[in-house]
Amino acid sequence: MTNTPLLALEHLFKRYEGAPLLHDVSFEIAPGEIVCLLGPSGTGKTTLLRIIAGLEEADGGDLFFQGNNLRGVPPHARGFGFMFQDLALFPHRNVFDNVAFGLRMQTPPPTRAELVRRVHDTLDLVGLNAAAFAKRDVNRLSGGEQQRVALARTLAPRPRLILFDEPLGALDRILRDELEAELRALLKRLRMTALYVTHDQDEAFALADRMLLLHAGRLEQSGAPVEIYNHPANEFVARFMGLTNLLRIEKLESRNSKFEIQTSAGCFVVEPERGLAKAPRVVLLRPNALTRIASGDAARENILRGRVLETQLRAGHQRILLETAGGIFAFEWDAPIQWNVEYVFELDARAIQLLRAEGGTE
Amino acid sequence: MRPTFTFQRPTFSLQSLLLLVPLAFLAVFYFFPLAAILAYSFFPNGALDLSGVRELVSDSYYWNVLWFTTWQAALSTLLTVLAALPAAYIFARYAFRGQTLVRALTTLPFLMPTIVVAPAFVALFGPRGAVNTFLMDVFDLQTAPLKLLNTVWIILLAHVFYNYTIVFRIVSGFWSNLDPQLGSAARVLGANRFRTFFEITLPLLAPAILAASLLVFIFDFTSFGVILILGGARLATLEVEIYRSAANLFDLNLAAALSLLQIGCTLALILVYTKLQTRLAAPVRLRPQAITRRKLKTWGERLGVVCALAAQLVFLLAPLAVLVFESLQTASGLGLDNYAALNVNVRGSATFIAPTDAIRNSLLFASITVALAVALGLLAAYAVARTRRGGGVLDAVFLLPLATSAVTLGFGYILAFSRDPFDFRAAIWLIPVAHTLVALPLVIRSIVPLLREIKANVREAAAVLGAAPARVFREIDLPIVMRAVIVGAVFAFTISLGEFGATTLIARPEWATMPLAIYRLLGQPGLSNYGQALALSALLMLVSAIAIALMERVRFGETGEF
Repeated sequence: MTNTPLLALEHLFKRYEGAPLLHDVSFEIAPGEIVCLLGPSGTGKTTLLRIIAGLEEADGGDLFFQGNNLRGVPPHARGFGFMFQDLALFPHRNVFDNVAFGLRMQTPPPTRAELVRRVHDTLDLVGLNAAAFAKRDVNRLSGGEQQRVALARTLAPRPRLILFDEPLGALDRILRDELEAELRALLKRLRMTALYVTHDQDEAFALADRMLLLHAGRLEQSGAPVEIYNHPANEFVARFMGLTNLLRIEKLESRNSKFEIQTSAGCFVVEPERGLAKAPRVVLLRPNALTRIASGDAARENILRGRVLETQLRAGHQRILLETAGGIFAFEWDAPIQWNVEYVFELDARAIQLLRAEGGTE
Repeated sequence: MRPTFTFQRPTFSLQSLLLLVPLAFLAVFYFFPLAAILAYSFFPNGALDLSGVRELVSDSYYWNVLWFTTWQAALSTLLTVLAALPAAYIFARYAFRGQTLVRALTTLPFLMPTIVVAPAFVALFGPRGAVNTFLMDVFDLQTAPLKLLNTVWIILLAHVFYNYTIVFRIVSGFWSNLDPQLGSAARVLGANRFRTFFEITLPLLAPAILAASLLVFIFDFTSFGVILILGGARLATLEVEIYRSAANLFDLNLAAALSLLQIGCTLALILVYTKLQTRLAAPVRLRPQAITRRKLKTWGERLGVVCALAAQLVFLLAPLAVLVFESLQTASGLGLDNYAALNVNVRGSATFIAPTDAIRNSLLFASITVALAVALGLLAAYAVARTRRGGGVLDAVFLLPLATSAVTLGFGYILAFSRDPFDFRAAIWLIPVAHTLVALPLVIRSIVPLLREIKANVREAAAVLGAAPARVFREIDLPIVMRAVIVGAVFAFTISLGEFGATTLIARPEWATMPLAIYRLLGQPGLSNYGQALALSALLMLVSAIAIALMERVRFGETGEF
């Protein structure tokens, strides 16, 4: 059973005003999986979601749900849930009627008692007290409360697949963190399958079983969050994961089963290991690459010379901004250090990664 | 850039077909009569004949009429703006109890029929009016000290009274969304209150004031009932002249030429207005009213606001209150004699129309108008709201009848529908059709903003939740638009009840409406006729007020868009 994907996209293609918006997008979602579709804005994430919901048609390719082609099935017959970016609550209906809407559309519609029970259960599920909220005007709720009502409305009919279009985008960081954790727990508890679109990698890390990276209409990489963070497939993915210590490779030589790489910031020697790209173009110095300050007779390779511009506190770690011959880089460095002083650091060879260039073209 | 898509609707061709219905209505009952006027001006008997136009151009009398029409409209507009700005400020910047009620009350005069406003001003300022009676009693005078009737002053007063709410609503609505921080910024930079107002607030408000002024100017320029009744024989606007040459002098040539002039002027004005309206959407950062309004803090502020609002309400409600009061006057104190007399043909006149028949006719026409205007208005509003390209042009086309004077329209009907194959002189449905045309722009304008407010994704949300397209319309569009439809229906109802200019030209005697009966009663000598005119006016006012109260109950927020 786990072998049949719940949803399968095959070679989806979509044009927008003549220009291709989605190129040959294929992926599958297994039952019960939470997949995050991550990418910068304008890369066709929302369009992809709308195609899956049936709100738009693809120009090419196929969409299968449990093996059945969805072509020609209108949105109201697909049985999916969709949580919109701006929520799209029905402004003329109160909380109860918003949540009840999807249930009332079912054939046969539930009895009144059943309807009330299910709406109240769903409101409880999303953390809204049914007695207090059922009769409230949706236009007069706070942002977080509206979010919860929209989620309840989506969950109430128990859709076979839920599509989320950056529904938490408008909320502040603290509320978002709280809702992300709650949402994941809730989806897992209900064993729901979800495809969640976002441009925020932290949100994807918090929610996803698996992440899909979309860039300029192409899928760049797919995998568990940790896997993608540790082994970005190319320069785009690395940058998008916040890994921005990137150096162009000027010369690459293979010597003693190792690679010797010349860059503007110095020479690095790394062992070819898994995750190494074919025809690498850039070097990534991971944030944890600095091991210690080199003594006087420093090695000539895997060192980095730079002046400390700034120290910042990020997620409990001190981060230093280092001005090097190859640009300004950020590293974790928890020991005391002085500003405006030039240091020579030794680097951990395992934290030096070789990557393909900007994705998609190779 | 995020590409935006809309859910493709398979019913597009059906939509464009439905759009044709209101357009066809406009073509037959609006553009055709106007074309008939144009044709008659130059070819009265089939051959080119410029006598009407020549008479108009050569006679300095008509130039004086045009000049009077223009300056009284300009002066009325200026006075209206000056009178309405203080209250607009108070409503824009302060939140207080009773605000909604006061705002609703200020709308009352605008929705009152002109034929009620004119007797109300006679009852207030006329020789036998409340003010003069009061002054005569107090100072023991033999004659009325205030001689306002048949002067331009009473016309100006009536115009300010009538159009006050237009300036008040448009300007305070716009003002209440202006960021007060802009003013604070100017104050911090060293400008005093006075300079802040003239250098920051006024320039930002200018487009709203200008748009409102232009609309008021159009209404004052085409004012008919007020001037016909209050102006006497000497004072006449273009509109009154058209009526007189068509209905009294039977000089159709001259009436056609005058109508042409009138159409030219109003067309130019409405063009400027639509241009201005697009500018009204200037890149000003609009703020929600929760931020821009604050509560009254000091007693000084409270006193100021109470005084300003009291003055506003007295000015706007006194004429209407006096009208009711005077209609209850009898030889022996207060009573319902005037109302009882409405059904009695005192003189046994053959041309007598029982006012009760007029009431029945009016209600019948108003009901037909509501049905027609709502049906056509819904279709047109959908077309305007859903059309992405050319929606603005459609909007302007449907707005046109608002600027065309009712008398011109009525005259156009006389010319267009009096010969085969369009001989509708005996057709009573022509009256509600004319009323519908006057009401249609307001009906469309109450529905369009709400339709635009329904975001595409609200419909999509319903679709994803399992609602088929027909169900989406029933569950989402209909309930949301319903309130606007009721507002539009009330507009249509009150407009039809009070419509005077067009009706007076096209209605046959046996189909007289309440405004016609009031006008006839006012024109006849004698206290009992005057009393009956007031009684009938008070009844008309009462029916309109009930309709408006109903509308204010269902309208939420500022749904109307002039």
